[in-house]
Amino acid sequence: MTLLEVSGLEVHFDTPEGVVKAVNGIDFAVQEGETLAIVGESGAGKSQLVMAIMGLLAENGGASGKAEFRGRDLMQMTPKELNSVRGRNIAMIFQDPMTSLNPYLTIEKQMTEVVMHHQGLRREEARGHAVEMLRAVRIPDPEERIRQYPHEYSGGMRQRVMIAMGLLCQPDLLIADEPSTALDVTIQSQITQLVGELREKTNMSIILITHDLAAVAEICDRVIVMYAGVAVECGSAEDIFYRPQHPYTRGLLASVPRLDRVLDDDLHAIPGNPPNLLELPSGCRFRDRCSEVMDKCVKKPPVWVSDGGRMSRCFLPMEGGKVAPEPGSQKEPSNHLDEANPASPADGEGAV
Amino acid sequence: MTKPVLRVQDLAVRFKSFSGGLLQRKERWIRAVDGISFELHSGETLGIVGESGSGKSTLARAILGLLKPSRGRVMWLGEDLTTLDEEAMRQRRKELQIVFQDPVASLNPRMTAGDIIAEPLWTFYPNMARLQVEERTRGMMKMVGLLPNQINRYPHEFSGGQCQRIGIARSLVLNPRLVICDEPVSALDVSIQAQIINLLKDLQKKLGIALIFIAHDLSVVRHISDRVMVMYMGQAMEVSQKTDLYLRPLHPYTNALMKSVAIPDPKLARQARQDSWLTGDMPSPYMRPKGCIFHDRCPYRVKRCEADVPALRRMESGDWVACHRAEDLDLSIQGASTGSLG
Repeated sequence: MTLLEVSGLEVHFDTPEGVVKAVNGIDFAVQEGETLAIVGESGAGKSQLVMAIMGLLAENGGASGKAEFRGRDLMQMTPKELNSVRGRNIAMIFQDPMTSLNPYLTIEKQMTEVVMHHQGLRREEARGHAVEMLRAVRIPDPEERIRQYPHEYSGGMRQRVMIAMGLLCQPDLLIADEPSTALDVTIQSQITQLVGELREKTNMSIILITHDLAAVAEICDRVIVMYAGVAVECGSAEDIFYRPQHPYTRGLLASVPRLDRVLDDDLHAIPGNPPNLLELPSGCRFRDRCSEVMDKCVKKPPVWVSDGGRMSRCFLPMEGGKVAPEPGSQKEPSNHLDEANPASPADGEGAV
Repeated sequence: MTKPVLRVQDLAVRFKSFSGGLLQRKERWIRAVDGISFELHSGETLGIVGESGSGKSTLARAILGLLKPSRGRVMWLGEDLTTLDEEAMRQRRKELQIVFQDPVASLNPRMTAGDIIAEPLWTFYPNMARLQVEERTRGMMKMVGLLPNQINRYPHEFSGGQCQRIGIARSLVLNPRLVICDEPVSALDVSIQAQIINLLKDLQKKLGIALIFIAHDLSVVRHISDRVMVMYMGQAMEVSQKTDLYLRPLHPYTNALMKSVAIPDPKLARQARQDSWLTGDMPSPYMRPKGCIFHDRCPYRVKRCEADVPALRRMESGDWVACHRAEDLDLSIQGASTGSLG
């Protein structure tokens, strides 16, 4: 069943240099129990996309479109309604575990506050529940450690605490924004493993945001790849990792230094830099860096081509042989997403 | 073989910290770098890898004289840098340069790219003609893949990867003979990381400089290093030729680091997960385990590891390891040479 359905979502920011469109019309759905990865480089719009859904955009930001959570549009909710959804139904984990905990409060205070507020538990019950959660994320001696302050925890432990806090109210959806990026590789793999286990134990849906495809290979069911504010490819984990279609996805995969491969002389790199969102190139946003750029890529932006839940925003033919329509045959592309397929990407897909 | 340009001998750095309240203050010492020795030749790259808190950045700073070591020597071209006075050390810095981790924060936001790159020239050659400085600056920009016409732009007009190129150009402008790169790609996107690693590799080949490349991830240093040193709690666990280390790590900790590298392949990643064994965090620096400092996280530990400190010793292959069991453990990584895992 569909838990969250996002359609036509746009996010923009008013800046002194002009209006920046951070997210330029995106559609996706998250099924119950599914883990969706949203992958992209800095500036791709992946974090702002979820910030918009959670109603947490900065003051100069605005969003339009729909984000229906169990049929209710989060974008139309009053702050009070949103507050009751956030934390209880949807929990979010931020990138930096150092700065997302309050240094003045003990872990106990910060954790019990959440459940006392949302579930009306008494302090003692809340404490027991919090200790349980800390145990679930494998904090040693949770009864002791819950009395400590954040600075007494290491980086990896703090991120575990953040995950435990996210899980306190048993949310239906957990959004994790680069949960392991600020951590050491050894701790990164422990956190990934933990998220993977939680996903198996609970029926929670997870949205994982990351710039590192390799980090999510193990635990995601489906992947959306974003570039410069638009989705460029979407498919099951197997599709994206074994049969990537879009040159950007292929480039990202090839840039990962791998220890399980023979050493080549040079690492594959995607040339150039992501475009400035205020000075986007005409046509395809990736064309300046694309190894397979064609004449038509300069003239018109490619549209979403779908092939049974699998989509790519590129003129190159999909592996199944389906070719993108010629630019001339399409309606004039507006700033809005050119909808080749208005159905949600997840239709007919489900969890793998 | 030629003589090494840099010879670090038993280098140690410790930091003082205080515990307890104002009245019962107790001094405690943290051993951030604890007896590191290695040699480096011109044109060679040493990768240094370890988790945060392993002392790799402290080591870099001690080599460059930015921190005072508590013990040991840093022999640069036969001269002990730790005994030099400030002015003499300042002069040596022409030859010893560093590239920092955070490409944006390490550049002055109020200086143009050109000024940032040229600043070392002004400092060391105040009489150099303006035209000559500008010519050199433009040449450096071209060399690191920036457009010379971006010379008057400010750091905020560049992306993270481009800022790191500016940092590299600045470090190379004085023709140094040793460059230490302290996690130069950790803050960059994956696709840009590869650009910077390739750039550093090319530049080193072209200029013949000695390079120390610090990272927390073994996969990142593999492409650029000739030898790799793995650090843990201020000590070297292993120093091996690259070809040996990635096929058959000698130290269990090296093996653990290799297994925590993510693989962009769902099936292999799930399989690799089952093999990984490293749990928990590095112990607090105040409570260093007795015996081998890694023994409490090591699945291969024997009684001896809890009591005896293993010395860093040379194996037949010429690689160095600090593990009592190095001879009888086979930690070979399957598939590293054949192309697939398992």
